Amino acid sequence: MAIYDKEELDEIKQRRKIWENTLLKGEIEKRGEWKKEFKTNSGIPIERLYTPLDLNEKEWSYPEKLGFPGDYPFTRGITPNMYRGVPPRMFVYSGYGSAEATNQRYKYLLSQGAKELIIASDLHTQLGYDIDNPLSRGEVGKIGVAINSLADVEVIFDGIRLDEVFVGAQANANSPILLAFVIAAAEKQGVSPQQIKFVVQNDVLKEYIARGTYIFPPKPALKFSCDIIEYVARNNLSEWMCPIIYCGYHMREAGANTVQEMAFTMANAVAYIEEVLSRGINIDELPQQRALFVAGLDLFEEVCKHRAFRRLWAKMMKERFKAKNPRVMALGYTCGSQSSLYTAQQPMNNIVRGTISGLVQALSGVQTINIAAMDEALSIPTEESATLVLRTMQIITHETGIPNTIDPLAGSYYVETLTDELEERATRLFEKVQSLGGAVACIEQGFQEAEIAKEAYEQYKQVKTGGRVWVGVNQFQMDEKLSIKLMRVDQKEEERQIEKVKRLRKERDNKKVEAALKDLKEAAIEETNLVPTILSAVKVYSTIGEICNSFREVYGEYRRPAY
Amino acid sequence: MENIEGPRIRHEKEVGGNRMKEGQRRIRVLIAKPGLDGHDRGAKVLTFGLRDEGMEVIYTGIRETAEGIVQTCIQEDVDVVALSSLSGGHLYHFPKVAEMLAQKGMDRVLVIGGGIIPEEDVPLLKEKGISAVFGPGTPIEEVAKFIRNNVTW
Repeated sequence: MAIYDKEELDEIKQRRKIWENTLLKGEIEKRGEWKKEFKTNSGIPIERLYTPLDLNEKEWSYPEKLGFPGDYPFTRGITPNMYRGVPPRMFVYSGYGSAEATNQRYKYLLSQGAKELIIASDLHTQLGYDIDNPLSRGEVGKIGVAINSLADVEVIFDGIRLDEVFVGAQANANSPILLAFVIAAAEKQGVSPQQIKFVVQNDVLKEYIARGTYIFPPKPALKFSCDIIEYVARNNLSEWMCPIIYCGYHMREAGANTVQEMAFTMANAVAYIEEVLSRGINIDELPQQRALFVAGLDLFEEVCKHRAFRRLWAKMMKERFKAKNPRVMALGYTCGSQSSLYTAQQPMNNIVRGTISGLVQALSGVQTINIAAMDEALSIPTEESATLVLRTMQIITHETGIPNTIDPLAGSYYVETLTDELEERATRLFEKVQSLGGAVACIEQGFQEAEIAKEAYEQYKQVKTGGRVWVGVNQFQMDEKLSIKLMRVDQKEEERQIEKVKRLRKERDNKKVEAALKDLKEAAIEETNLVPTILSAVKVYSTIGEICNSFREVYGEYRRPAY
Repeated sequence: MENIEGPRIRHEKEVGGNRMKEGQRRIRVLIAKPGLDGHDRGAKVLTFGLRDEGMEVIYTGIRETAEGIVQTCIQEDVDVVALSSLSGGHLYHFPKVAEMLAQKGMDRVLVIGGGIIPEEDVPLLKEKGISAVFGPGTPIEEVAKFIRNNVTW
């Protein structure tokens, strides 16, 4: 359906030709252009100018491509009135050191207006090792809070009600355990599971592709993650609980381009959904799902990506999975700024990068916004830098006017052309993954990881040759002394935490723990849903390492092949 | 681990001709990630980059122990080990590798480090045997140049 009549289009065509041959030609002959090729961040060639002709050429149709917010294909947004109804929720990724220190930081952030907290846990927690395991040495409390048992989670949420504050857990390989910790901690607060406002990342497949925080081989790990989705679906926890966030974010941080981010994320999502459906859950009864993407600095490409992926998702649910429920076809977003573009050089510049990322997120109509703190290229955030991030999000929400209208960039010839182009490219790569056996088979062959590593090296070479300007890194460098204060976690924290877990092992009822751990192993062998059994183990204060070790005995540990 | 003898493996390489002509052998580099950190974009880019600089580069993947890294250094007869950490665990992990290499009589191996390492930690790491620390955004030629100037053949 054309949006311009033929006469008008003919006039545009004619005048365009004249413009090209006179004004434009003269200008280029006189001054030239400062780059030979203009491309998006993912390498998609960009035209000098977009006009109605571009949309007309491919028979672009408003009802088919955009429709209306809250309605299929959801390109413009997933709710009918978007930010007028619910402004972007600001989340802060936070946690460090001990449970006590993290509780203090959370209370502070909430007092400053944060609405969603994401528990950043340290690496041994994410990998299911106890604090006193020799492998945990050097890592305790460093990149997040050290969690060893329910006792720590009780302290983290002391005075923070789990039915009032949205809490997220950046838990993947260990996600059912984190879910169990939160359900058990809520119970102690008198909050029923149905009331808990909880989002768990739970996308373990991307760990093999990008972030590296996996424990078990991909197949049992996939089952582990789907246990949560099934548990939430069957226990009617879906109103406030989101059991999975499909993550492209970490792939981008590992070097993926936008198209890879979209395609590999979709392929992973399909793997989870197929597994959940195989357990007898109806597609229209799937609990809420979200995607987590990067909001990089190529503003238009990033906004178009979010729009394109919403449409791609809706089509996938409708056409591939025959969904009828619009709720399942509408994909909400959590977003994050691209910290891999943050520089250790001139770190204050990262405030600007974070702000642009926040604009991208608001212009994309994402549900939850997040910006990385300016010091993240150097360390985890200080209280000061975390506050600045919160203020940046508040300024974007309340001072820019972006939330006033829905999908404000829609209808731009460039934006719609690029949105279509991204959808097409991502669909092609997604189909390639499917033709190679799907996400899990590709992970086992190392396909996505290798593709991303190649792309990362390409990007490095572009920076090296100056083809890609990176302010402060390959151009506009300065001699500088680091002027910002960095967050440091006391090395002694490790000793204190080790003492704490030793005390716990003495004080708890170890007979109950032994029985619970035995149940876990049996449940894993029998391939039942593990969440209820984990919950019982957590309630008697089994540690995260003990729980994971029970599963390690059944599933084994995964090692990614060497390079 | 104890049954792996460095000299024996080195000898096999000599027989293979790799070490016969002095000066022609390529510099062998092990890139290793000690600790639990899984962020290895930098490690992979450095692997490709140093290969393009003409070095032989082995990257053994994430989550290595100091023992494992030292064992690989011996087994692969490397000249350089480049350690990467982004999780803040460098003060624990890097010196441990340097120390264990020294214990095994492998102190000819040049130990360098990279990742997210605060400037103020660099002197301490140097004291503990890490010859150089390269922060984010360092051009790979700079790393290669340092290696060429400081490696012991």
